[in-house]
Amino acid sequence: MGNRTILKRLNGSLSGRAIGLLGPNGAGKSTLINTLLGFYTPAAGTARIFGKDIRHEARTLRRLIGYMPENDAFIADMTGVRFVRMMAELSGLPPSEALERTHEAFYYVGLGEARYRNLGTYSLGMKQMAKLAQAIAHGPKLIFLDEPTNGLDPAARVRMIKLIREIRETRDIHLIISSHLLRDVEECCQEVLILKNGQVAAYCDLEKERRSNLNFIELETYGHEGEFAMAIEGLGCDFADMGQGRFKMVLTDDVSVSDLYRLAAERNVQIRRMNHRHDSLEDIFLKAMEVPAADGRL
Amino acid sequence: MAVYKRNYKPYEGVLTADWRRFLVPARYALETLFQSRLLVGFMVAAWIVPIFGVTVIYLHYNLSAITLLRLNPDQLLPIDGDFFGAFLSFQGALAFILTAYAGPGLISPDLSNNALPLYLCRPINRTEYILGKMAVLFIPLSFITWIPGLLLFAIQAGLQGQGWGWDHIRYAWAIFAGSWVWITLLALLAVALSAWVRWKLAASALLFGVFFISSALGAMVNEVLVTRAGNVLSLGYVIGIIWANMLQLPTNKTLFGEMFDIRRGDEIPQYMAWMVLGLVCAACIGLLNRRLRAKEVVS
Repeated sequence: MGNRTILKRLNGSLSGRAIGLLGPNGAGKSTLINTLLGFYTPAAGTARIFGKDIRHEARTLRRLIGYMPENDAFIADMTGVRFVRMMAELSGLPPSEALERTHEAFYYVGLGEARYRNLGTYSLGMKQMAKLAQAIAHGPKLIFLDEPTNGLDPAARVRMIKLIREIRETRDIHLIISSHLLRDVEECCQEVLILKNGQVAAYCDLEKERRSNLNFIELETYGHEGEFAMAIEGLGCDFADMGQGRFKMVLTDDVSVSDLYRLAAERNVQIRRMNHRHDSLEDIFLKAMEVPAADGRL
Repeated sequence: MAVYKRNYKPYEGVLTADWRRFLVPARYALETLFQSRLLVGFMVAAWIVPIFGVTVIYLHYNLSAITLLRLNPDQLLPIDGDFFGAFLSFQGALAFILTAYAGPGLISPDLSNNALPLYLCRPINRTEYILGKMAVLFIPLSFITWIPGLLLFAIQAGLQGQGWGWDHIRYAWAIFAGSWVWITLLALLAVALSAWVRWKLAASALLFGVFFISSALGAMVNEVLVTRAGNVLSLGYVIGIIWANMLQLPTNKTLFGEMFDIRRGDEIPQYMAWMVLGLVCAACIGLLNRRLRAKEVVS
């Protein structure tokens, strides 16, 4: 961008339904979105969305894309319905279809009653919702949401998150959400790409992470630890004996927590503490920020 | 799907043709433009001269009307290149006023509201966006320049008969092409100024400045250096030279020549007039290219 290189050595592919882009300010999140949208031309390399090259098939791609920018973006002296209808027509919808879908989009985002008001009179929360309406009115296959909860009060934020989750659940739609709010990303996304200084710092599948968190158990026991350790080994789980009755183990799919209680009861062992590992997105993010970025590969 | 069904649904229907996409912003901007009563009134008033022209042509072929009005046929304006040139000049001036009114508001609202990324993230590129904005001016400007001009030509050709139309087809071409040269120049200047000057009134003033200050500057250069080369700075003069050539008018003794102050016979060469026009258009395109970006590029 200009003379500065913002994104460096980004390699890999993303295939999730809802992907969060995380990173501190200046990490390159918005630049990545703007590059994928074709606003910035990459100095080297390229990217493909749905198998289409962003440099050579931009027009085809833009039919499939919806974009909700971070900053205020609208035309103040236009009514909401007129503005979103124009945007839908620009995406290729015939005028009558565009009008129908605009009304639907406004009702969907909860602005049905305000759709004939000038956009300039909308509150900040309403403007965010109107931006979402224009991003979805033409029924895109991929939506880029850049800081969608920016400036929203708690109630509006909850509404926005709910809408994003609903959209995510729709078939054949993908979301890329850029945010510096970990909670938003954690609530909306299944996968997370963490950027740092324009490079990939970490990539994690939150669903998988959540599942593995549930399977990873730390136990603190009292009495007959040796027998209990042998019994656990018999279950076929990976485990480590940390001494003094403390164990760490990863449960296999056919082993549940109740099996552990049963084994303990049979050997007269007290289970005094049982913890699931709880690596939150914040832990993952902080860990990613600590270590230097690797080779940029996902 | 009815509006009460509040769930998200992808669009599976037909899409409009790519080439028509640039007309979408133009259509919306035209709707807004024609909500102004002032503009509608102006558009109607702009047909006064064409109606006068039709009357003059009609009188030329209606002796009883001339007799009734007690007019001397020799006093009537002759229907020749000078007539069409004067018509073009007058309507061109009206086109300029209309551009100064409607042009400055074309792009500046999009820029001040940061709406460009929303346009350009859709299947429309910057050229189409600019073309769409220029098209907003093409329609009303056509309506007051070449459309009435060709109508006058057709009426004259029809009433005169005897192959007059075919013999003087250059007038029709000059009206059409000359109008489009003027319309394109005005539209380009208007969108370029609109992209750089956010305050509408200032952009209008600047458009006037481009023409009148450049003319004054040209006149000053002429006086100080005792030359006519200063005329290249005057866009009005330059367009007059181009029109005169298209109409094949002897500029030194015509009404048209007087209107453009090119009656002395020492006008700038044609190629230079076209070159000046090309440079102005290139400068406008350069300004637009620099200004119209979906996102600011930081060096």
